Amino acid sequence: MSTPEAAAVGGDLVKRHRLSTRLWHWLNAVTLLVMLMSGLMIFNAHPRLYWGEYGANFDHAWLEIGHHGPHGYLRIGTLTLPTTGVLGIWTDAQGRTDVHAFPGWATLPTAYSLADGRVWHLAFAWVLALGLLCYLLWSLANGHLRRDIHITRAEWRPTHIWHDVKEHARLRFPTGAAALRYNVLQKLAYAAVLFLLLPLMILTGLAMSPGTDAWAPLATEVFGGRQSARSVHFLCAWALVGFFAVHIAMVLLAGPINEVRAMITGRYRVPPGPPEPLESIGESAP
Amino acid sequence: MSLPILSRRALIRTGALGGGLLLSGCDKLYRQPAFHDLLASGENLHRVSQRALGGQALAREFAASEVSPQFRANGSREGAGADYKRHLAQGFANWALQVDGLVERPLAIPLAALKSLPQRIQITRHDCVEGWSAIGQWQGPLLGQVLDVARVRPEARYVVFHCADIYGGAPYYESIDMIDAHHPQTILAWAMNGRPLEEAHGAPIRLRVERQLGYKHAKFVNRIEVRQTLAGVYGGKGGYWEDRSGYAWYAGI
Repeated sequence: MSTPEAAAVGGDLVKRHRLSTRLWHWLNAVTLLVMLMSGLMIFNAHPRLYWGEYGANFDHAWLEIGHHGPHGYLRIGTLTLPTTGVLGIWTDAQGRTDVHAFPGWATLPTAYSLADGRVWHLAFAWVLALGLLCYLLWSLANGHLRRDIHITRAEWRPTHIWHDVKEHARLRFPTGAAALRYNVLQKLAYAAVLFLLLPLMILTGLAMSPGTDAWAPLATEVFGGRQSARSVHFLCAWALVGFFAVHIAMVLLAGPINEVRAMITGRYRVPPGPPEPLESIGESAP
Repeated sequence: MSLPILSRRALIRTGALGGGLLLSGCDKLYRQPAFHDLLASGENLHRVSQRALGGQALAREFAASEVSPQFRANGSREGAGADYKRHLAQGFANWALQVDGLVERPLAIPLAALKSLPQRIQITRHDCVEGWSAIGQWQGPLLGQVLDVARVRPEARYVVFHCADIYGGAPYYESIDMIDAHHPQTILAWAMNGRPLEEAHGAPIRLRVERQLGYKHAKFVNRIEVRQTLAGVYGGKGGYWEDRSGYAWYAGI
């Protein structure tokens, strides 16, 4: 039997994540990986980004990945970074030199194929969009958003946020019952992914479709044009990669086995706090 | 101590191996016809949902000030064959567009006749499947009007565009269905940015099917064939890129 959340103390095995959260988490993990890698393949077809409605080879690109002779580069604005071996020019598993922007180990499929990358990307786009929609509606209905993601007025206080930032920087994580509640930084991160980054990915993706642009031109216009939407799509993808990196780092720091088990079985071992000082035990003794 | 370095190295090696296995696993999975066809069936979802939500909505049109300074020419930059070169040299004065297949009245329409039909002028954005876009002005008669003159038979479902260019050793062709063929922006463009179409852009005429990606906009069109099915035309998938690389036939997304 698991312990009710409020009474949980260190060492208890408690119910942590709902089935809907666990299902969506893993479905989404696979989907986002497929979307990222097939997206990098699609980017490889034209590794230049622009602002505005139009943009092609004769127009100014604000970001470009390419190569000059044997030297790969990433250019952002006027800043050019050498990326030989990783971006712009790299060697595949058979030792052949390839000059596509992102290397084969990062793309889906491994060998260059815009057509196949699009098949992966546009099929999993449905999984991403419908999965997010179902999860958000379900989480609204079962109170997950209100209870766990909603940021209270007290949590919005700068002093509270700053306190959490300091605690995170010192790698001091909550213990006992407090570990079962998302802190404000976690809430902000999850809310940003659920309500900002993932919807933006879907919206900018649709904005690039010439079919959608005909019946929903606003989707393209709000971003300032199709090429701007493509740039925002790319930037939000990397913001999600950034979220993923921090997410994995926090799981590793907080105890990977316990955290991963909680996301698979739903059960979570409440982390015990530091031993309490002797005098406080003496004081609270009956 | 060399232990942490070793274990880190081992970790990286395991990670790379795991990643490699995952990747080759994905590629292997994709080669399974059932899995590939499942993913590729997303195309039907795109077509049905876009048509349901979009109906006959018009593609966005732009102001003259928004036209790209230079419009990238993609794919074939020249037509193929002695006939094409002769017509090009003659300014297509003796050239005629063939319209045949499932029509009551097969046609051979000279370029001058196409120019004398009611014209549509539209400034639209050309979206390449690769990701780039260019804005240009296009002028020509509605495809629907040409089809009406030829009187399409009721069983017709597709319009196939046979082109005068050879790309990568094979003749280019494309196809659309009757919904896009009769869309009020689907034109047979003979002029771009106010001048007759240049060879690199597909002279004498290029299809404009504005709500789809660039590869559907067949250049160098010299024959329009109305059909009930796409089977039997080259690879049977309805277009050069569809046959050759597995690009989607419905390219609205």
